[in-house]
Amino acid sequence: MGQYFSLSAASFLLASGYARARSALEPAGEEAQQIAGLFWVMLSGGALMWLGVVGLLLHSALFNRRRLAEKSASRIILWGGVVFPSVMLCVLLAYALWLMPGLRPFAQASSAALRIEITGRQFWWEVVYHPSQGPPVVSANEIRLPVGERVELTLKSADVIHSFWIPPLGGKMDMIPGRTNRLSLKATKPGVFRGPCAEYCGTSHALMAFSAVAMEPEAFRSWLAAQAIPAASAGASGSALFLRHGCGSCHFVAGTDARGMIGPDLSHIGSRVTVGAGILPNTEDAIARFIARPELIKPGSSMPAFDMLPPDDIRAITAWLRGLR
Amino acid sequence: MRLIPKQIETLWTLFTAPVVWAAHFLVCYIGAAVYCAKPELVGLSFNAVRAGIAAVTVIALSLIALSAWLAWRQWGFGTDDPPHDDPTRRDRTLFQGLATLLLSGLSFIAVIFTAMPALFLTECIR
Repeated sequence: MGQYFSLSAASFLLASGYARARSALEPAGEEAQQIAGLFWVMLSGGALMWLGVVGLLLHSALFNRRRLAEKSASRIILWGGVVFPSVMLCVLLAYALWLMPGLRPFAQASSAALRIEITGRQFWWEVVYHPSQGPPVVSANEIRLPVGERVELTLKSADVIHSFWIPPLGGKMDMIPGRTNRLSLKATKPGVFRGPCAEYCGTSHALMAFSAVAMEPEAFRSWLAAQAIPAASAGASGSALFLRHGCGSCHFVAGTDARGMIGPDLSHIGSRVTVGAGILPNTEDAIARFIARPELIKPGSSMPAFDMLPPDDIRAITAWLRGLR
Repeated sequence: MRLIPKQIETLWTLFTAPVVWAAHFLVCYIGAAVYCAKPELVGLSFNAVRAGIAAVTVIALSLIALSAWLAWRQWGFGTDDPPHDDPTRRDRTLFQGLATLLLSGLSFIAVIFTAMPALFLTECIR
């Protein structure tokens, strides 16, 4: 059963192009561009040295087997074995160090118009947007950011060490309990990217991910404005069932009496790209499966199973949640 | 008083350059860490820290160069070729001289690599 869920999650991720959207070598952000450049320069430098050494080895073993005079052999060792690698390493190190000031996570953070506070929890992400104007907007397991604008991320953890990473946008940064780490990112291309938890954090570490959506600034602003308004309509049958079965003691849904703070905020769950912290497509079927047997999809998660509920109730709650856009 | 120490046979000369490398590494890293944690306690600008790193680097490189020169002398200024593997006092001395010379070369490059970040980093946070 668990395998079935992981397989379906994997096929979903492949089908939706996520496999491509998670590579640090296809950068869509300023920081990632520099990191990808660093990778290719290091690879080229390393390959050049390797080819030189292996080429010389093959040359002397296969093509030129005559003995060299001691003096010329020493010269080859000095230049090829000492001077060339030292200078090459020096140049590569200098290049990496030269990149560092711009890549430091604090760089230009003060110029960011938007701050997003992200708290890692076993095994999901709490996300709070702090725009320069207007009230904070709470979300979970999805981060949206405007293309071409610098965003400051403040990273925290509520339980164990997690690590935040959107490979196509920038480097990774640990989320450490009791500390606030900062990371500054600037997306340069719109797209949907996958961010994994990059530090082992428990049983479902590999199932802790999120989607990062880089949007055009105008679209982002209207999306954020829409997120600030409750999507839930009072009196819907799903809403009543959600509250009656106790879901509201752990989950918050704006505009309803569901005020729980233990699990992810579900105020606009219908508009998210994925559910279950980046591992399932956002469909009614996936949400229903998660409600019924969360431990099969996410072993070790705090959410209890609700498979004792009548299937019709689960369906009604699911349909209501999918409508929260 | 002699400016250049006379040649003595001891294993300690072998470690001189790596010890200078280790000391330089610790001074640079601990110095920068202390300064960046409590700049007001130290009361210097970051450029003063960089200048300090440059100064200890010059001192470290000079000491390593001296160690290399002594090793070169111990190696007979390169007049004899390796492998120096006869069980004689002379070969033992030459072998130690060559090993010390090579370690000095390694330490020289390592000290440069350790100090290089100070060329590019202009403040604690970037």
